[in-house]
Amino acid sequence: MLRFTLNRLLSLGLSLIAASVVIFFAIEIIPGDPARLMLGINATQDAVDALRTQMGLDQGVLVRYWLWVSGLVQGDFGISYTYRVPVSEMVQGRIWVSLPLALYALVLSTLIAFPVGIIAAAKRGSWADWLVMGGTQLGVAIPNFWFAMLMVSLLAIKYRLFSAGGFSGWDDPLLAMRSLTLPAFVLALPQASILARVMRSALLDTLSEDFMRTARAKGRTRRGALVHHALRNAMIPVLTIIGLQFSFLLAGAIIIEKVFFLPGLGSMIFTAITQRDLIVVESVVMLLVFAVILVTFLVDITYALVDPRLRRRA
Amino acid sequence: MKAAFKMPGFVAGFIMAFVFVAAALLSFVWSPYAVDGVDIVNKLHPPDMTNWFGTDHLGRDIFSMIMVGARTSIAVAIVAVGIGVLLGVPLGLAAAARKGTLLDEVIMRGNDLIFAFPALLIAILITAVFGASALNAIIAIGIFNIPVFARLVRGGALSLWTRDFILAARVAGKGRVRISFEHILPNLTNLLIVQGTIQFSLGILAEAALSYVGLGAQPPIPSWGRMLADSQTMISFAPHLALFPGAAIVLTVLGLNLMGDALRDLFDPKLRRDRQ
Amino acid sequence: MKRILTGASVLALLATGAMAANTSITIGDQLEPPHLDPTAGAAGAIDNVTYANIYEGLTRFASDGSVIPGLAKSWEISEDGLGYTFTLQSGVKFHDGSDMTASDVVWSLNRARAEDSTNAQKGLFASIESVEALDDTTVQVTLSAPNGSFLFNMAWGDASILNEGDDVEALKSKPNGTGAFVFSNWVQGDSITLVRNEDYWGTPAILESATIKYISDPTAAFNAVMAGDVDAFPTFPAPENLPQFDADPRFTVIVGSTEGETILSTNNKMPPFDNPKVREALAHAIDRNAIIDGAMFGYGTPIGTHFAPHNPAYVDLTAQSAYDPDMARALLAEAGFADGFTTTLKLPPPSYARRGGEIIAAQLREVGIQTEVTNLEWGQWLEEVFKGKDFGLTIVSHTEPMDIGIYANPDYYFQYDSAAFQALMEDLNAATDPAARTALMQQAQQMISDDYVNGYLFQLAKTGVANADIRGLWENAPTQAADLTAVYWAD
Repeated sequence: MLRFTLNRLLSLGLSLIAASVVIFFAIEIIPGDPARLMLGINATQDAVDALRTQMGLDQGVLVRYWLWVSGLVQGDFGISYTYRVPVSEMVQGRIWVSLPLALYALVLSTLIAFPVGIIAAAKRGSWADWLVMGGTQLGVAIPNFWFAMLMVSLLAIKYRLFSAGGFSGWDDPLLAMRSLTLPAFVLALPQASILARVMRSALLDTLSEDFMRTARAKGRTRRGALVHHALRNAMIPVLTIIGLQFSFLLAGAIIIEKVFFLPGLGSMIFTAITQRDLIVVESVVMLLVFAVILVTFLVDITYALVDPRLRRRA
Repeated sequence: MKAAFKMPGFVAGFIMAFVFVAAALLSFVWSPYAVDGVDIVNKLHPPDMTNWFGTDHLGRDIFSMIMVGARTSIAVAIVAVGIGVLLGVPLGLAAAARKGTLLDEVIMRGNDLIFAFPALLIAILITAVFGASALNAIIAIGIFNIPVFARLVRGGALSLWTRDFILAARVAGKGRVRISFEHILPNLTNLLIVQGTIQFSLGILAEAALSYVGLGAQPPIPSWGRMLADSQTMISFAPHLALFPGAAIVLTVLGLNLMGDALRDLFDPKLRRDRQ
Repeated sequence: MKRILTGASVLALLATGAMAANTSITIGDQLEPPHLDPTAGAAGAIDNVTYANIYEGLTRFASDGSVIPGLAKSWEISEDGLGYTFTLQSGVKFHDGSDMTASDVVWSLNRARAEDSTNAQKGLFASIESVEALDDTTVQVTLSAPNGSFLFNMAWGDASILNEGDDVEALKSKPNGTGAFVFSNWVQGDSITLVRNEDYWGTPAILESATIKYISDPTAAFNAVMAGDVDAFPTFPAPENLPQFDADPRFTVIVGSTEGETILSTNNKMPPFDNPKVREALAHAIDRNAIIDGAMFGYGTPIGTHFAPHNPAYVDLTAQSAYDPDMARALLAEAGFADGFTTTLKLPPPSYARRGGEIIAAQLREVGIQTEVTNLEWGQWLEEVFKGKDFGLTIVSHTEPMDIGIYANPDYYFQYDSAAFQALMEDLNAATDPAARTALMQQAQQMISDDYVNGYLFQLAKTGVANADIRGLWENAPTQAADLTAVYWAD
């Protein structure tokens, strides 16, 4: 187990380094001068050059890479070109929107998907199953931004049940949750559809296994067998999907954040890309990639702990 | 293949997808109106006999735009899948053929690395940086298709490498490359068809998302995603602008998903056993 | 059920409205500023927060565009037009408590015109020879040559007076000015909050606090106004929604003019646009009214030259570039392009450019000109079009007031190089007599229309939406600003 863990840690480290190289050098070739953008159309070339020196943009590429990486390791994500504040401060502010949103959406998605998926598997072939299959197919096919548009038109503008967007901070927790509800719901629906189908097919696979028949033979009720044996075994692919969904929700909410004008990580990166605020883009993409690699690492370790067969790299 | 048409899910999906593919192909020779002109005087008409789906804010016929937009979505999605297949399949075959070696490790690591990047974000970055266009959208989406096919093919190929007929070929002296292409690949076509269909539908959604934020095909080329973006401020008094492009996306994706699911069920050995 | 729901929510809206709104306001704006120092960056978004609210200059723009006293309560101009003696207001304090004296003015102006200054409008200070403090409330500015627009220039946000010795880097996130509002808080990506300056030297603001909320997406802006999340949106980005707001008694639509000449910029040095006949053909191929109707839903005034129609010196030259596709085709044939040609049309983000661009592309196609349309973000636009001059056509709105002078700069991105025009501008800069200035301005307008330098489309309208109970918001935008000093809620 130790060897496996060390092996995985090495993997983690290598992946992070590779990712940092890819990110930094890819972003370096982006056209567009941040200094010119800040000063505007009528600024003189002298003014632009002066600002470039101020921002440290005139140093060599490798030097800047090293400075960036060594900074990252110490938790220093650099200073934003456009806002002149530490990127870590900006991220801190934004993550209190994106993280709760992602978790909220994940919870909603799971709450919807589990019962739906279980019922569909338990009543395979019945009208309930068909309804679920049809519904999830629809849920997966609907683009989430279109769904958002429709929801806002209906629930926020026409019926005023929710605000049209925006987020005013956690000082008023109830209001904050309300601001996140519509976006979380819009994000959750397609995810729930995917999760429900995975749950259903994982359960079906497990239900047809021999050990299930043994469990029934031993006297377990249908429901008991389902919960105690099938569900547990089905959880492995389900948990994998949940893990993947979490990373997706963290960064993939970029369009939803735009539609609901939420000040989250996604909209911050979007603005940074258009403003050519390279430091923010690099550091936050690195952060998101790190989150994904970390989650994968933790999932791998957990599985290996639970199922020794997985300790050999398949 | 005939067996597929006996499955109701497949048929329903096929019809839905076919409608849009046909519309896309037809649009090359005919559409009710041209989509590159503007007719401000006739802007924002609701659906009626002259404009079956109404007109948009610049007076263009929405039915025609949906037809031509189908071209954009389908073309982008198919070529992106093509990239994934052309580059991902050989990588997967190579990794499986040389399992456990450095090549395998490098390919698998590369896959994992690409998977670790948030796809939509990177696609936005690529198109924002290198210019918004259908071509860049194809590349951005295509990149993320490569590891999908590589991983799929590697997994499928690995289980085939242990089979007897492959061992026989090895004994007969055939090289790994020949074996991969002559024996392994043909047996993976079912997997590829199913995954290809799924990636196709995902590609349509991705193209719509990129166009929605303005980073896909540029005007005057119509695109369903961009039509949705344009329609937003006018939803309250011209809902038809948002309804038709949205429905087009949903139906095409739904159709492809139904087809993919049906094919997967068709090719699934376990279900085959049950059927026999 | 529906009626109960609507009724209940209206009640709730009214209740919150009545209780909270009277002394504070939430304003919506599209573009968040990169920082808050108007003297170190040209983003108009900075001035939208700071102009007249946080920072002030020697002179100031009133809502009708006239130049009125600011921190300088009066001035005298010497006979030769080179010496300006400003008498400053007394008892002025910066927000951090320190006094504003002549030495702050000297420091601010010298900093702006220094060699290494990052002031985006350095040209405004170019004619200054020296600045001297005669005593605590008197400043003497000596020019190197007479400049008829000097007082006008000092009213710009880039000429704001800062506190001598302040850490300029810190000012970017914590401004320290003399205005009627004090900076309170900035939640990056979300909003900026200002509170009333209780020690203001002049007439205090009526509002106790103001929050500026940043919403870049036009749909989100519409939703925010409808849902009451913002009280006013002075530059509302979606003109298609204005009729709805107009019809709704809860809102007023405030329509005025801006200094934004929206033009189809043409690269005068890129063939075939170096041929004046081709540019003339371009002018006749464009139907301004269709563009105003389609892209701006009717808001905007057609212009025939690069000058604001509300300016008394304006000359209406729209007939010289009237919509006439047949003439356009004839001119193109004369110039040797009977079969048309292909060129690039690069568009920045604003919807007047994107929508206008689609319409123009279609109109040009009618006369045989094919365009490759590319949508760019501001960063790319600045890089490719403005700096790199790598474009055939582009659409942009020039919002600086009285900026016809850009046509005298042959290196400016559309690269118009006319010695006659350059001489005309020199004369204009030297002239101080109003009648002479008007005559020269009219000549300048005629010249750039005769040469068909650019396609002159329309003057951008300022279209704002506000809660019907708000008073005092500016109708026009003579400069980039969101002056809140005289805004209040009517009872």
